Amino acid sequence: MIFNIPYIAVAALILLGLYALIFKRNLIKMVIGITLIESGVNLFLITLGYRKESIAPIYTSSPGGVMAFPVPQALTLTSIVIGVAVIALMLSLVMHIYRHYGTLDVRKVRRLKE
Amino acid sequence: MNVPDYTVALVVAVPLLGAFLTPLVGRINDKLRNIFVIIVLALNAFLVFLLASDVLTTGIKTYVFGAKDLTYPIVRILFEVDAMSIFMAIISSILVTVAVIYSWSFMKENTGLDKYYSLILLLTAGMLGMVLTGDMFNFFVFLEISSIASCALIAFWTNKGESVEAGFKYIVISAMGALFVLFAIALLYGQYNALNIALLSSVIQYTFLDKIALVLLIVALAMKAGIVPMHMWLPDSYGSAPSSISIILVSATLASLYGVFRVIFTLYGNVLSKIANFGIPVNVFIGWLIVALAVISILIGVIMALIQTDFKRLIAYGAVAELGYMFLGIGTGIVALGTAYGKTALDGGIFHIMNDALDVGLLFLVAGAIYYATKETSLDKLGGLARNMKYTTVFFIIGFLAVAGMPPLNGFASKLLIYESTFQLNPILAIVAILCSILLLAVFVKVFYSAFMGPQLPKFKDVKEVPKSMLFSMGIIACIIVIFGLFPEFIINNLVEPAANALIGYSEYISQVVVGGI
Amino acid sequence: MFTIETGSGFWNPIIWVIAIVVTFLLIYILRSLGKKEYKKDTEQIKSFLSGNPEYPKEKMHIKASNLYWGFTTNLKGLYTLLRKMHTGNTSDYVLWFVIILAIFLLVEVI
Repeated sequence: MIFNIPYIAVAALILLGLYALIFKRNLIKMVIGITLIESGVNLFLITLGYRKESIAPIYTSSPGGVMAFPVPQALTLTSIVIGVAVIALMLSLVMHIYRHYGTLDVRKVRRLKE
Repeated sequence: MNVPDYTVALVVAVPLLGAFLTPLVGRINDKLRNIFVIIVLALNAFLVFLLASDVLTTGIKTYVFGAKDLTYPIVRILFEVDAMSIFMAIISSILVTVAVIYSWSFMKENTGLDKYYSLILLLTAGMLGMVLTGDMFNFFVFLEISSIASCALIAFWTNKGESVEAGFKYIVISAMGALFVLFAIALLYGQYNALNIALLSSVIQYTFLDKIALVLLIVALAMKAGIVPMHMWLPDSYGSAPSSISIILVSATLASLYGVFRVIFTLYGNVLSKIANFGIPVNVFIGWLIVALAVISILIGVIMALIQTDFKRLIAYGAVAELGYMFLGIGTGIVALGTAYGKTALDGGIFHIMNDALDVGLLFLVAGAIYYATKETSLDKLGGLARNMKYTTVFFIIGFLAVAGMPPLNGFASKLLIYESTFQLNPILAIVAILCSILLLAVFVKVFYSAFMGPQLPKFKDVKEVPKSMLFSMGIIACIIVIFGLFPEFIINNLVEPAANALIGYSEYISQVVVGGI
Repeated sequence: MFTIETGSGFWNPIIWVIAIVVTFLLIYILRSLGKKEYKKDTEQIKSFLSGNPEYPKEKMHIKASNLYWGFTTNLKGLYTLLRKMHTGNTSDYVLWFVIILAIFLLVEVI
């Protein structure tokens, strides 16, 4: 059971993120929703990095044994970097939206419809 | 013709390098920068065509980054180019080159053009990377590169509230979609310890987690391709972006479409004919789901296009319907995998990808030309423009007849293949497809009448024909449309048929990387 | 070079091109048979609206949203539904994604 906690956390984070995207009205909170999904996915990747009876892939002063392949860590780093770019872009767009619409309510930011 | 392996890497590296050099060149002179960007993209298109001639004659080409040969276990990023990838790459490079030539006059009065051209080159690198890569995670990275670049380009006119709004909607949708793609990739990695498409495809089992990964990949990528009912971001962003960007966005969404088909046909190619629940093979399940989405897309795209009053939103809804035709063709190909008409449907669907990109692209360019000349996009306020803009009118006629599938233009050739093959799957599908094609013609006749026909309106008396660079770029696409319409068999035999074979022949794709299994 | 086989039929654009060229020739011949001796700058070039007066140009042009009025009015129920669906609200876009994801998961996993 204790080993499943990360997976439960992943599911909780992703569902919370989707909840925030669908039910929150403030644009900033929607951006937070995206970050929540992102951290959920990153946590999932990191969790997958461990394989049973393996040790961390650090060569100096290694106790010996099978090392886990450090691919997920590399993926997570890339994903975090991309995430920062996306969040920065989103927040700057939110800023511009506030300038044009004078509100951050997602129900009012809909000049484009039909 | 044989080209060295590193051409594959150059196709992505040239626009990427160009993107970072553009602001430097822009420091010297604006004209020099425009010429520089056009040269970079022309060089890139040249490389793509060289690569195409090699791939189409000698078969799949691979390039391993950071090593001379493939070493096991496969951790290196690998580009694997088959006929389908090169087909999509040709579309992207044609459209981007045309869009940049068009931007010369169209964006002349804007500031910040250094960034604009840099972003276009980044977007090109992203799109080409998506279609050429042979690695799932690398696909995700290029997907994000292309969506970040296209979001910034959609919101390029930040002085307009609508553009910014469309940009925000686009980035929310694409960031979320990309994260679900990453989640699916993680599910696959957790089970098979591999990220390489060919390697994954050779070991895939279709377990419970694989099913979830498949659904996540299909739905997230289909959303990025703009399938109804996840299409709503598409008219917003196509309609508010500058026209030169709309045409590039067409090929960016088609790259996501490529992702859907690469996942279904290659990544899950081994398990497609496996028997799932109720004794029905997997391909029938997936195929019918895709056909259902396709029919809804065609119907809703056309019906919504009929009531639009904004020129570009109308074309965008038309593009949604056209996407439906591609999904219909390829979905039929999945349901009827291995039969003769399934092959025809696949041919039609793939041929339609190229035709749609050209036709819809031409229409967006015409819409941009009208906006340039009149500063007006609402169809209610336009009228009588054929008197002042003769060439644009001719290009519009070619474009809308091709989109609506009127013979003898290229749209008809691919739609005919789709009609005849879907008829053998289920006649109702073919009937819906033909009826909606007629409705699409009606939609564009409305545009033609209200914008180009009618009496000359006093406020448009002094409207002039658009500058030469815009006419030239529209002319290129119109010429390609007519040529494709007149020589359909040549295109099908030399480009479409190899692409369809590449999609079906996943075992060849695998055998390039996995030699005798590991 | 020109013909594509569709399995149950074929398509050859050349036949159509010939047909189109012949049609245009016919149109050209018929047009050249018309009278050329009309008087410019007189009533003869004015449009004839069954005796009704001619309105200014802007009023004469039928607007895009008025075209296909009958079609859209007859399908009013469908169109109000579709307009309601396209809310333009970003949250709804995400909701549609989740719905389609759920449907696909149900069908695929059952």
